[in-house]
Amino acid sequence: MGKTFSKPEALTDNHTHYCPGCTHGIVHRLVAEAIDELGIRENTVGIAPVGCAVLAYNYIDCDFQEAAHGRAPAMATGIKRVRPDLMVFTYQGDGDLASIGMGEIIHAANRGEKITVIFINNAIYGMTGGQMAPTTMPGQRATTAPAGRDAAQTGMPIRMANLMSEIVTPGYVTRQAVLKPQMVNKCKKAIKKAFEYQVANTCFSFVEVISTCPTNWGMTPIDSLKWAEETLLPYYELGDYKTPEEA
Amino acid sequence: MQTEVKFAGFGGQGILLSAKLLAYAAMKQGYQVAWIPSYGPEMRGGTAYCTVVISDKLIGSPIIKSPSHLVAMNRPSLEKFDDTVKPGGIVFINASLIPVRSQRKDVVELAIPVNDIAIEAGSVRAANIVALAAFAAKSKLVDLDLLKKCIKEEFAAKPKIIPLNMDAFDRGVAAAQA
Amino acid sequence: MAKVLMKGNEAIGEAAIRAGCLNYFAYPITPQSEVAEYLSKRLPEVGGTFLQGESEVAVGYMIFGASGAGERVMTTSSSPGISLMSEALSYIAAAHCPAVFVNIVRGGPGLGGILPSQGDYFQATKGGGHGDYHLLVLAPDGVQEAVEMTMQAFTLAEKYRNPVMVMGDGMIGQMMEPVEFPDDLKTEPTNKDAWATNGMSTRKSKTPNLVKSLFLDSAELNRNNLDLKAKYEQMKKEDVQYELYNADGDYQILIASYGTMSRVCRTAIDMLKAEGIEAAMFRPKTLFPFPEKQVYDAAVKDSCKCVISIEMSMGQMVEDVQRCVMGKKPVEFYGECGGEIPSPEKIIEIVKELIG
Repeated sequence: MGKTFSKPEALTDNHTHYCPGCTHGIVHRLVAEAIDELGIRENTVGIAPVGCAVLAYNYIDCDFQEAAHGRAPAMATGIKRVRPDLMVFTYQGDGDLASIGMGEIIHAANRGEKITVIFINNAIYGMTGGQMAPTTMPGQRATTAPAGRDAAQTGMPIRMANLMSEIVTPGYVTRQAVLKPQMVNKCKKAIKKAFEYQVANTCFSFVEVISTCPTNWGMTPIDSLKWAEETLLPYYELGDYKTPEEA
Repeated sequence: MQTEVKFAGFGGQGILLSAKLLAYAAMKQGYQVAWIPSYGPEMRGGTAYCTVVISDKLIGSPIIKSPSHLVAMNRPSLEKFDDTVKPGGIVFINASLIPVRSQRKDVVELAIPVNDIAIEAGSVRAANIVALAAFAAKSKLVDLDLLKKCIKEEFAAKPKIIPLNMDAFDRGVAAAQA
Repeated sequence: MAKVLMKGNEAIGEAAIRAGCLNYFAYPITPQSEVAEYLSKRLPEVGGTFLQGESEVAVGYMIFGASGAGERVMTTSSSPGISLMSEALSYIAAAHCPAVFVNIVRGGPGLGGILPSQGDYFQATKGGGHGDYHLLVLAPDGVQEAVEMTMQAFTLAEKYRNPVMVMGDGMIGQMMEPVEFPDDLKTEPTNKDAWATNGMSTRKSKTPNLVKSLFLDSAELNRNNLDLKAKYEQMKKEDVQYELYNADGDYQILIASYGTMSRVCRTAIDMLKAEGIEAAMFRPKTLFPFPEKQVYDAAVKDSCKCVISIEMSMGQMVEDVQRCVMGKKPVEFYGECGGEIPSPEKIIEIVKELIG
């Protein structure tokens, strides 16, 4: 009987530290599959963020650098500019990218850095314990918003893919989700496409991935998927927001 | 032996360049030199000044409160720095723009209408070269032929304006020696 | 090579290229923006990389990324900008990466001013960023030394896999002096295959390299700190640089000063000598590692009545001088700030007062 399913070469054998039901594991796998399929593992450098994915280098089997909170796009810029032959990707959460790292991500995109950004949006700070993120939904409870996010005080959630699509410099900007198998398959295609744009030296590429955080949302994994679909997806609409072809 | 020359004037009068050319020629002549600018908001159109130090040994303090000589290209510069010049030094005055004279009795005054001379040579923009040439001729700090060569080198990228500046230089020397 | 007349800032830019550094990231700030202006023109001519980042914070990580990827890289800034880069400096030191940072110091604190100052001594030598780390800090006293130290900085950064800071001041950045670019200070880059993220395909070993500063295990973090400490101890043994001036005879006072300030002190010492008063100068060229034993030895000389640290600050290096002299001689201080620089005449007055 032939092999029908195997672990990507770009994933290590380590068990992840992620909570049950967390979707980081799925996205790690999609990134690893894309790297394998493009045959770029030995030329790839990943940038780990500060957040739950800080230990991403334990799971994705390529060269890695670890950035300070929010600075991954600047670090990726430094690597890519001095070694344009390397494939450089950042893997960042919503606190990292959309809060403290807003300046770095906007300017890296605006310069058209030929890097790939994987942006995990689960509407909460994970590693530090469920604090409010810029992406937290109005009314959503967080440890720093015990009565739920009050938009009158803290504004509305930031829609990064929408914001990034306003940048005039050509780029690939898409929002995907990993809440259902069909979504996972589409997300995989988007991540691979993002890397392909980099391999072809075409443009900056950005994949926002709507994810879940059962632990900090205080839900079961199944309920989390349902809540994300019902609450996040209407506000964070999926699809391609910008492609270099349309520029 | 150390000599310090302060160049002062409006921003845009070419003060920094005159000073640099003097420093450059002195360096070529084998001296230790330092070109010390004032920098900051006064670079933007206000009074600009800078100091050239020429010495036969390693230059120590770059802080020069009283220079050996002053090249004043406008009135505020003369009024501000006249007092600071060491006794016996040259106070060079751009007589085209400065209607007054040095208040000092213990300095050598040299008043030359460098703007007018520069206009005669073809452009008021060469006034700094007229002043530099006249001051150099009077002070004898550097070899005049060498200084002239340095000016030519400086404008190598803009050969069209070399004849103007060479003419301005000769007129400046002549005015000092008149 | 013939001497050229260059502004300190431009000479530092050229020195980096001569040292084989073809990568530069920076953000404009007075009084050092001429480095970026110069390199924005020069680096493309030699096939190098120039990028103006969006902030000093971002630039710090561009440097970290480029350094982690194994390339020679430099940035230049001035005091407020260095504060913003201090976050990255802590990470770069923790991750054992080589990089060169130039600080053309201006007056502080806060926005302060744009004139020369030495107010960043503590920041440069004692930290700036968080955690137990040090930079190797070189302090030039003029344009020629700024060139030489910038070139040496790359060799030292790679020797220790540690960030090196060249700390000048606005005067050194803005003044023009004749300079030569020595050929013998250029070194070949070290082999970085053992640690840099330069791509597995270029290396023999197919194990991924990891550039990181997170050690959640206490024993591992302790080990990283011990490794850092071992490097600092090695710096103290092998790379202390200093100068003694007029120190052969029986001097009555030892003046400690560095950078631009030391030039003023040199002039004051010459003027004192002409009056028959002997003063010596101790000038650290490495602010870290500080020449601890050398300042002690110079201070304890029998003829020396006291030591004075003269700085363009309100008293920073004086704490190191006091620490090293260990109470064997009185250690005094004089300083001015904000672009005011103690004049030779002022120094003479103070010295005369001190030695009676």
